[in-house]
Amino acid sequence: MTAVLEISGLRKTYRGRKGVRNALDGFDMVVEAGQVHGFLGPNGSGKTTTLRTLLGLIKPNEGRMAILGREVPKHLPEVAREVGAIVESPQFFGNQTAETTLSLLADAGDINRNRVYSVLDLVGLRDRAKERVKTYSLGMKQRLAVASALLKEPKLLILDEPANGLDPGGIREMRTLMRDLSAAGMTVLLSSHILGEIQLICDSVTIISAGKRVTSGSVSEVLARHKSGAVRVRLEPGVDLGGAAQLLRAAGAQVDLGADHFTVGNASNPAQITKLLAERQIYVSELTPVAADLEDVFLELTGTAPVEGQNRQVDQTAMSAAGKGGWGQ
Amino acid sequence: MSLYRAETRRLTKRRLTRIFVVLALLALTAVAAGTALISKQHTPQVLAAAQADADAAYQEQLRYTAEDKKRCEVDPAQYGGNCDNLWQPTQQDFPAESYLPPIFDFRDGFPDMVVVLAALLALAAFVVGASFVGVEWRTGGMMNLLLWRPQRLRVLSTKLAALLVGLTTLTVLTAAVWTVAFWAIGKYRGEVGRLTSGVWQSFGLTGLRALGLVLVAGALGFGLASIGRHTAAAFGVALGVVVVFQFGLGAVLEMAKVKFAQAYLLPYWIGAWMYKKQEVFDYNAPCDFSATNGCEPPMFTITWQMAGGLMAGVVALVLIAAMWTMRSRDLT
Repeated sequence: MTAVLEISGLRKTYRGRKGVRNALDGFDMVVEAGQVHGFLGPNGSGKTTTLRTLLGLIKPNEGRMAILGREVPKHLPEVAREVGAIVESPQFFGNQTAETTLSLLADAGDINRNRVYSVLDLVGLRDRAKERVKTYSLGMKQRLAVASALLKEPKLLILDEPANGLDPGGIREMRTLMRDLSAAGMTVLLSSHILGEIQLICDSVTIISAGKRVTSGSVSEVLARHKSGAVRVRLEPGVDLGGAAQLLRAAGAQVDLGADHFTVGNASNPAQITKLLAERQIYVSELTPVAADLEDVFLELTGTAPVEGQNRQVDQTAMSAAGKGGWGQ
Repeated sequence: MSLYRAETRRLTKRRLTRIFVVLALLALTAVAAGTALISKQHTPQVLAAAQADADAAYQEQLRYTAEDKKRCEVDPAQYGGNCDNLWQPTQQDFPAESYLPPIFDFRDGFPDMVVVLAALLALAAFVVGASFVGVEWRTGGMMNLLLWRPQRLRVLSTKLAALLVGLTTLTVLTAAVWTVAFWAIGKYRGEVGRLTSGVWQSFGLTGLRALGLVLVAGALGFGLASIGRHTAAAFGVALGVVVVFQFGLGAVLEMAKVKFAQAYLLPYWIGAWMYKKQEVFDYNAPCDFSATNGCEPPMFTITWQMAGGLMAGVVALVLIAAMWTMRSRDLT
C-alpha cells in the first residue's frame, strides 16, 4: 500500500513563562491510501497541533512530513488542492448563507462553483443552502464544515472531530459518508473522541499521548495487542458471590460485582482465581476473557481512565503508571 | 486572480462594509443637503432685503444712541463725563453684505468639501480595513482560508489589494458624485466662480491627496488589525494615538514649552497633506521683527511632501510588521 501521509520525528516546543512544553515529542504516523484512519488522543495530547502542523498553520521545530509523497510544508501549496481539511470547529460568518460561504471558498481555491450544491447535497444541507449560517445548529455548522472540506474533491480528507454536535442520526450519516468516501478511493484521517465510532468506521488507528505515538496499526491488530486482561467469572448456583469477591479482593484483585457474575479487571493469570476459590471449596462454572474495545485500549495506553476519588488533570496521562504488570503474576 | 476575486466578493458581501459605506454616504449626503439648504443666491431681491435689514439696523442703532445721549446729559459721570465722546453710528457701519445670507462659492469652497469627503471616507476606510482582516482572524476564517491557500503572504497581500482597490473605486465614484453635487449647489443655490483649467487641476490634485488619505487609513486599519489579529487591536491603537499622543503629548509639550509643539500633533500633518501646507508657530520664542509685519512668532511650515513622507513611512512600517507576523507566527 502507498502511504498518503507520513510523519516522522515531529517535534513542536512551546516556550512560555512556566518553561518549555513539548506539544509534540518525536511523533510518528503513517496513513495508507484508501483507508479511514482514526487519530486518537486525550485532550492536550497533541492531535490538533499535529494536524495544524501538517497543514502549515504551525511551524515544527523538527521532523519530516509528507502528503501524497511530497514533503510539506515545502510543497504544501501544490498538494493543498488535494487535501480537504477541517481543524477543530471552523467558524463561519453568521450573516452569510451556506451557499455564499462555500462559493467564496470555491473562488479562493479556483474551484467550479457548481460543486457547491453537490457537496451541500452530500451533507444534507441542500434545502437550507440559502439560509444564513447563524440560523444553523451546531450539527448543521459541522455538516457545512465537512462540505467545505469536500468541495475540493480531495484525495486526503482530514477531519478533526467531525461528529461534534451531531445528533445520533447525523453521526450515523457521517459514518456512512466516511465509508462511501473511502470506498470511492478517498483517504480519510479522522480525529475523534467518540471511540465507538472510530472502532466502527476506521481501518487503522494511531493513538497519541503527551505528544508521542503510543500505538498504531489496524484496529484489529491494536485490539489484539492490548487484551483487556479482564475475565468474567460465574460460580455454581447458590454460592455467595459477595463472599467470593471479597476473598479475591483481599488477595489484590480488582473485582466488579454483577447480578449473577463478577469481573476481575487485572487477571493477568486467571488460574490464580480458580486456585484461590477452590481452596475455599468455591468452584467456578465459567471463566471467560473479556474482549477489550478501543476505549479500553485508549484508556490503558494513555493512562486517562478515571480513578475513584481523584480528579485527573488535563496533562496528567501517567502512561507508565497504568496497565503495567497485573494481579496474579 | 481567483483569490483576488474571492476577496473582492468577500469584502463587498460583508455586512460591516456595507453599513459603514452607507453611513459615510449618508453623512456626506447630509453635508451636501445642509450646504444646499443654507446657501442662497444673491439675487436683486435678496440684495434689496439685505439692504433693508442693514438700514433697519442702522436706524435702530441711531435710536439707541439718541437715548444714550439723553441719559448722558442727565448724568454725564455715568458716560465718562463727556457726552461728545459717545459713538455716533454711520451708514457705512452697517453694510448690506453683513446682512446677506451665506452663499456657497464652488471655486473657493470646494477644497474644504474635498477635505470633508476625505475625512469621512478615511474614517470608514479605517473601520472597514480593520474589520475585513480582524474578523477573519477572530473567527478562524483566516485559518480556513489558509487551508485552501497555504501561502500566507500571498493571502494577506491579496486581501490588502482587494481592500485598496475597493476603497479606490469607492472614493473615485463618491468624489465624482461629490464634485457634480457641489457644482450643482454652486450653480443653482450659490456661485460657481471662474473655473479655469488651473482651478480644475487644483481640485484634481486635492482629490488625489484625499484618495491617498483614504488609502492610508484603510491600510493602517488593515495592518494594525492583522498584527493584533483582532479588529479591536486597530481601534485600540487609534484610540491610544488620540488619547496619548494628541491630548497627553499635546499638554506635555505645551507645559514643557517645546519649540513648535503643534508640529508633533497629527491633525496638523493631515491638514498639511490636504491643504498643501500647514503653518505652526512657536509662541514661546522671542518674536521675529519685520518692518512690514511687526513682531511675529517664529513659524515652521509643514509641507504636503513632508506629511506624505510621514504617512508613507508609517504605513510601510505597519504593513511590513503585519507581513512579518503573518509569515512567522503560528496559527493556534
